[in-house]
Amino acid sequence: MPASESDILQGLAEILQEVAGVAPEQVTPEKNFIDDLDVDSLSMVEVVVAAEEKFEVRIPDDDVKNLRTVGDAVDYIKSAGVAA
Amino acid sequence: MIHVHQDPVVVTGVGATTPLGGDVPTTWDALLAGESGVRRLTQEWAEALPVRIAAEVAVDPAGVLERVEARTLDRSQQLALIAAREAWRDAGSPDVQPERLAVVLASGIGGVLTLLSAYDILKERGPRRVSPHTVPMLMPNGPAAAVGLELSARGGVHTPVSACASGAEAVALGLDLLRLDRADVVVVGGTEASIHALPMAGFAAMRALSTREEQPETASRPYDKARDGFVLAEGAGVLVLERAAGASARGASTYAEVAGAGITSDAFHVAAPDPVGAGAARAMQMALADADLTPADVVHINAHATSTPVGDLAESGAIRTAMGSATDRVAVSATKSQTGHLLGAAGAVEAIFTVLALHHRLAPLTRNLDDPDDDITLDVVRLEHRHLGTGAALSNSFGFGGHNVALAFRSAG
Repeated sequence: MPASESDILQGLAEILQEVAGVAPEQVTPEKNFIDDLDVDSLSMVEVVVAAEEKFEVRIPDDDVKNLRTVGDAVDYIKSAGVAA
Repeated sequence: MIHVHQDPVVVTGVGATTPLGGDVPTTWDALLAGESGVRRLTQEWAEALPVRIAAEVAVDPAGVLERVEARTLDRSQQLALIAAREAWRDAGSPDVQPERLAVVLASGIGGVLTLLSAYDILKERGPRRVSPHTVPMLMPNGPAAAVGLELSARGGVHTPVSACASGAEAVALGLDLLRLDRADVVVVGGTEASIHALPMAGFAAMRALSTREEQPETASRPYDKARDGFVLAEGAGVLVLERAAGASARGASTYAEVAGAGITSDAFHVAAPDPVGAGAARAMQMALADADLTPADVVHINAHATSTPVGDLAESGAIRTAMGSATDRVAVSATKSQTGHLLGAAGAVEAIFTVLALHHRLAPLTRNLDDPDDDITLDVVRLEHRHLGTGAALSNSFGFGGHNVALAFRSAG
């Protein structure tokens, strides 16, 4: 069964805290990874790999550049989970 | 056009994290007290090694740095950052234009712990699990880059690599940058974090390490008849250098003058020292000439003295060649007897010890020198530290590859 939006948001918050020290309450759908959460390009790779593992999805590099906000990532993971 | 400053270069800040302490004051106090930083390794990975003693830093960087900051830094970068922050604070955080601030931060081996742990991940979990931070963490210039970022240094960031002479070479290159007007302030130093099964197995295979496991604190014993090799150590040392006029204009206090440097190479053997120490002697002579000093001005030498049978003897001969009859009036300290051998950080940490020896007019004692080797004809400070007159001091560093670096310091004003 695919993860719910709130499960995905919580999972991303855990990853962002581990990888980049972002406080979980900062992780809301409208936040931009680079501008708002100060996640650099290297740490973004870590976030993606950790999300792939956590949610059992595949996020190709070509799609990563479209994931600008937390909400973009939640939507992507949700639909990728359904597709899987 | 090349502009050469005649103005002296001075040390205005020092920082370190070593097996004797997490900062310079703690390390210096432990040094004067004759403590040893060498311990038996208790980690599981060390069990199968032929040598299981080393000198780890007294204060784990994990307790000093924020977790998120530390996780993208190799241990050698973490130690460098801790030492650099202390040195910068100690110098009074100079208000320097970023374009006029340079960094010269050396390492002997670089991010070897990251390289080896990333390789374990590659083998066990596959290439997709290798961290994107791996390369910036393992590259030898990683510590210099981390310090440059921290201090916003835009005047050039450099990493000399000359094995166990690296840290001293960083001080020498920093001196050049200030003399040649390439910067107004230069942060120099060295860092090393290579206490791991592979480097230890490699050094042990060279028969370079002491095997005195039953009494780790007595294993590093430069100049003693029973010395049998060095003890691997980790840590970092950083100094803030600037021209005397700039330091005085901003009201900074000065520890000592970096008066000169000599760099030579043996072209003799990749690892063994030239038995007569000709290159080492020439480095000392060059440093004295560069500093406009004579052997009679020298009151103290911080020797390279790693506790290897051949190396200590070669250096003893080299000191006598360079210093002549003045050798008998020089208080020689072998501080690796207490710290172990910090490889690429050794020259920087020992430059700090030499500067502090002049500043406090105290030569640290050489530990474990119970039965001095009759062939060592130096006045080595043992049993307790010794008071020094004002004057000049040398710090020697030699590295695998035949690198010889001597630094000359002069008491401040």
